[in-house]
Formats: sequence, structure tokens, C-alpha cells
Amino acid sequence: MYDAGKIVLGLAVFVGVSAFPIWYNIAAGKGAYAVQLEPPPNGTKQCVAETANGYMRAEHMHILDEWRNMVVRDGKRPKVTVDGVHYDYSLSKTCMNCHSNKEKFCDSCHTPAGVAPACWDCHVAPEDK
Amino acid sequence: MKAVSALVAVIVLFAIAYMVGPSAKFVFGVAVPYAAMAVFLGGIIYRVAFKWGKAPVPFAIATTCGQQKSLPWIKHASLENPSTTGGVILRMAFEVLTFRSLFRNTRVAVKDGPRVTYDGEWVLWAAAMLFHWSFLVIVLRHMRFFTEPVPFFVPLLQAVDGFFEIGIPALYLTGVGLLLAASVLFLRRMLDAQVRYISLMADYFPLFLVMGIAITGILMRHFMKTDIVSVKEMATGLATFKPVVPDGVGPIFFAHMFLVCVLLAYFPFSKLTHMAGVFMSPTRNLRCNSREVRHINPWNHPVRVHTYAEYEDEFRDKMIACGLPVDKKETEEPKKAKAGEKKVDD
Ligand code: HEC
Ligand code: HEC
Ligand code: HEC
Repeated sequence: MYDAGKIVLGLAVFVGVSAFPIWYNIAAGKGAYAVQLEPPPNGTKQCVAETANGYMRAEHMHILDEWRNMVVRDGKRPKVTVDGVHYDYSLSKTCMNCHSNKEKFCDSCHTPAGVAPACWDCHVAPEDK
Repeated sequence: MKAVSALVAVIVLFAIAYMVGPSAKFVFGVAVPYAAMAVFLGGIIYRVAFKWGKAPVPFAIATTCGQQKSLPWIKHASLENPSTTGGVILRMAFEVLTFRSLFRNTRVAVKDGPRVTYDGEWVLWAAAMLFHWSFLVIVLRHMRFFTEPVPFFVPLLQAVDGFFEIGIPALYLTGVGLLLAASVLFLRRMLDAQVRYISLMADYFPLFLVMGIAITGILMRHFMKTDIVSVKEMATGLATFKPVVPDGVGPIFFAHMFLVCVLLAYFPFSKLTHMAGVFMSPTRNLRCNSREVRHINPWNHPVRVHTYAEYEDEFRDKMIACGLPVDKKETEEPKKAKAGEKKVDD
């Protein structure tokens, strides 16, 4: 190999950068990634849609989008019925009514997933009781 | 036809992963990604160190786009024609980050008049810039899946990338940019008869592959949702060598990841390895100092030379005898210097 020094240096940089997730995870030392979710403190057992097969996990932002468009753009305020109780199409009054601890529910997924919904710039999250 | 077979190849790859992936989670979620990464890293190292690294570059190849360093009163183009290592690094940085060579690429055409023009191919350059920068940002953004905690640059990039907050989740400009740029690059190959003529399946395949990756990615983010938490579990599992294959990962994810794996494994053995090749380009990575330094080919075959001084030593007596001018008057013992053998470049 000609210019071995430079080539080895270049390849070392390349492998080092490619292995970023490996050494970053070791350096951060957090170990395995696991999400801990707090069940709704008010004792409800059902969400606004099914949670089986990760449906709610995957689709909750679309539900919120739909609700928002319905309320803000179409001016309709329908209700959603969960377990016989009627709820408004509302972020703070419905979702956060059951999932009242934002840090221990929404954020414990969002922070590790690198998502920071801008919703809380305007909508209020329930305060810790 | 070549484009069609390349498209069919990508569709088949997509279909395999989409249909088989969810029922062969370990294969598509662990074995294939590790294998693809190994082939990618090993392949690049093989190409650079054991293929290109074995090719001698005997000269300083001063292909220039500016005045080489010369006399003090001649203006030196220190970036176009660098004579120092620092200058070479700068030139390489500009090449890699802004594709200056491609920017300078011109194309001869005969226009009405008749008139010959040498226009730049700005559209090609712009599409290439959009393509590569989008790709880079996308790769960096994906680090949110592989690392815990999420590195600082990810939220930064996400904020800029999703600046317009179109939809929930916000549409990323780079996703659209990548797809758009790949489409322009593809249309250029299709619509321009000359470029179409020289295009091979190996040109279309990576384009369709990247389009496939972009489309599956955008679909997954906005239309065919998958459980991101499980995806991250799987990705961090790979990065920490504790592979897990959680449930809840949809078939579209396996298709997305499989296409990425194909791209990785295909990388070192195709034109895509220009990623490493650009750093190995002698016309970009050598100092243009052929006026300052005499470059001697280290691998030259030894050449027999007979210098004038040696010639005179040999014939001095005879030269003096017949009245020819000589450099040195007195006869010396002819130096038994290396018998007239010297290494010079030829
Ligand atoms: C009536 C109370 C209630 C309301 C209102 C409610 N949830 Fe839920 N939610 C629950 C319960 C209970 C669970 C857990 C269900 C389970 O584990 O099967 C849950 C589960 C979830 C999950 C999935 C967690 C997981 O582990 O998969 C998400 C995401 C979620 N909710 C988001 C929302 C959002 C967003 C809203 C507002 C649109 C909302 N919820 C409104 C009670 C509620
Ligand atoms: C099970 C994990 C989980 C829980 C619990 C959860 N989310 Fe999410 N949420 C996600 C993930 C993952 C995304 C990002 C999806 C993506 O990037 O495609 C997301 C995205 C969103 C978005 C879209 C914003 C964006 O920029 O992508 C909103 C809005 C949102 N979540 C609201 C909520 C609210 C409100 C709650 C609490 C009631 C909640 N989520 C609880 C996982 C969760
Ligand atoms: C610029 C401020 C702002 C931001 C950011 C914002 N909203 Fe809203 N949102 C509003 C306003 C104002 C209303 C109207 C409230 C009303 O009429 O009751 C509203 C209403 C809603 C409603 C229906 C009514 C209610 O009480 O919740 C939903 C659902 C909603 N927003 C969801 C979201 C989600 C999800 C996000 C984040 C992706 C978001 N909003 C971000 C200002 C904002």
C-alpha cells in the first residue's frame, strides 16, 4: 500500500464516524432503551382508540391532528365516548385529563424518540398535583 | 429497458422485505443489517486500502484550475492550485462539500446562429447538491433511533428541517428534497438522449433504490405509521450489540430497512463508492508544487547515465591533446564513483 499512513488515518476516521452510535451509546452509558409509561392516574382503563398492536402509539398524533382540524378549522366540537363517558375533542381537557402527568407519559416516549411537539407552546399541560 | 430492469429489481427487493420481513424478523431485523454494515465497512476498506492504495501515483499531478505557485510577482491561486498541505485540505473540503469540479463541468452545444456554447450544467450541480445534503441531514436525523439519549444535533436538525410545520408530524424538507433531487437526476438520464445512451442499469438502480428508501420513509412518517418506540428498541439493540426484535414493527419498516441494507451492501462495489474515491483522487489530493520540488518517481527502474563530467574525465587527455575546451584542466584520477549509475527520473 502506498501512502499507508494517510490511508490508514483516513479509514480510521471513516470507521470511527460510522461507528458513532456504538461509541456514543457506550459513552452515554444509559444501557438498553426501555420506555416506562405511567397508567392514567384517574384509574381509567381505556383510551380514546384501541391500544392493541400499538395502534394508539402509532396513530395518536393523527387523532390529535384530526381533532384539531375538526375544532379549529371546521368549527365542530363533537364528543368522543370512552367507556360511557363523553369527552370533548380536546388536547388539554381530554388526553391530559386521563394522562395527567405529561412528564411520565407523553414525554417518556417523546424525549427518547427525539420528538418535541410544539403543541405545548400554546396548550397547557396539567400541573403536577 | 435498463431503467425498467432496475425499477423491477428495486420493486422485487421491496416486495420481498414487505412480505417476508414480518415473519422473519430476526433475519430482516438483525442478521441482514449486521451483514450489510459489515459488507459496507469491509468493502470500503478493501477498495481504499487494497485496490486504490496499491496503485502507485508517481507524479504530482498538477491538474489545475488556476495559476500554480511560481515567481513572487505572479499571483498564485492558492485554493485552485494549492502548494501546501493546508491548501490541499481546503481544496478537498470545498470539493466534498460543494462539488466544485461538478460546478465547473461544462457542456458543448451548438445553438442557433450557429454558435457553439459551453454552458455549465447548473441543474445537474444543483440537483446533486440537494441530493447529497439532504441525504446527509437524513442520516444524521436518523441517529435519534440508534442512540440514547438523543444527541444534541438531532433536535436542531429536526427543527430546521421541519421549519414549515406542515402537518403532524411535520413534513421534513430533506425528505422531499431527496426525492425531488433523485427524480431530477433520473429525468436527466431519461430525457437527455446523450446521457440516456451512456446510462447503465448500474446508474438507474441506485437512483431507484434511494427513491424507494425516501418513499418508504415518507410513507412511514405520514401515512403508514409504525410504532416508533419498537423501532428505536430494535435500532438501539443493534447499536449496543444486544439485538432485540420487538413486535409492533410494521412490514413497511422492514421494507425501508431492507432497502437501506441493500444500499449499504451495494455501496462499496458500485459507483457509489465515489464517497471514498473522491479522497483518493490524485488530481485533488496532491500538492501542485512541481515548480518548487523535484518529484522523483520512487519506483523508477534505475537508468544508466553518463554525465558530461564523467565523459570529460574519460577523454580529458585526448580533448586537451586536440585542443578542445575542457572544464577542468588537470587530469585527476577518474573518480570511481558508482560506475556512472545514478537514479534519475525519466
Ligand atoms: C379516558 C381516559 C383516556 C383518554 C381521554 C385518553 N387516553 Fe390514552 N390511554 C388511556 C389508557 C387507560 C391507556 C392504556 C391502555 C392500555 O394499556 O391498553 C392509554 C394509552 C395511550 C397510549 C398508548 C400507550 C402504550 O403503551 O401503547 C397513547 C399513545 C395514548 N394513550 C395517547 C392518548 C392521547 C394522545 C389522547 C388524546 C387524544 C389520549 N390518550 C386520551 C386512557 C386515556
Ligand atoms: C408510546 C409512546 C408515546 C406516548 C405515550 C405518546 N407519544 Fe406522542 N409520539 C410518539 C412518537 C414516537 C412520535 C413521533 C412519531 C414520528 O416521528 O413519526 C410522537 C409524536 C407526537 C406528536 C406529533 C408531533 C411531531 O412533531 O411529530 C404529537 C402531537 C404527540 N405525539 C402528542 C402526544 C401526546 C399529547 C401524548 C400524551 C397524551 C403523547 N403524544 C404520548 C410516541 C408517544
Ligand atoms: C399557536 C398556538 C397553538 C399551537 C402551537 C397548537 N395549538 Fe392547538 N389550538 C390552538 C388554539 C388557539 C385552539 C382553539 C381552542 C378552542 O377554540 O377551544 C386550539 C385547539 C386545538 C384542539 C381542539 C380544542 C382543544 O381544546 O384542544 C386540539 C385537539 C389541538 N389544538 C391540538 C393541537 C396539537 C396536537 C398541537 C401540536 C401539534 C397544537 N394544537 C398546537 C393553538 C395552538
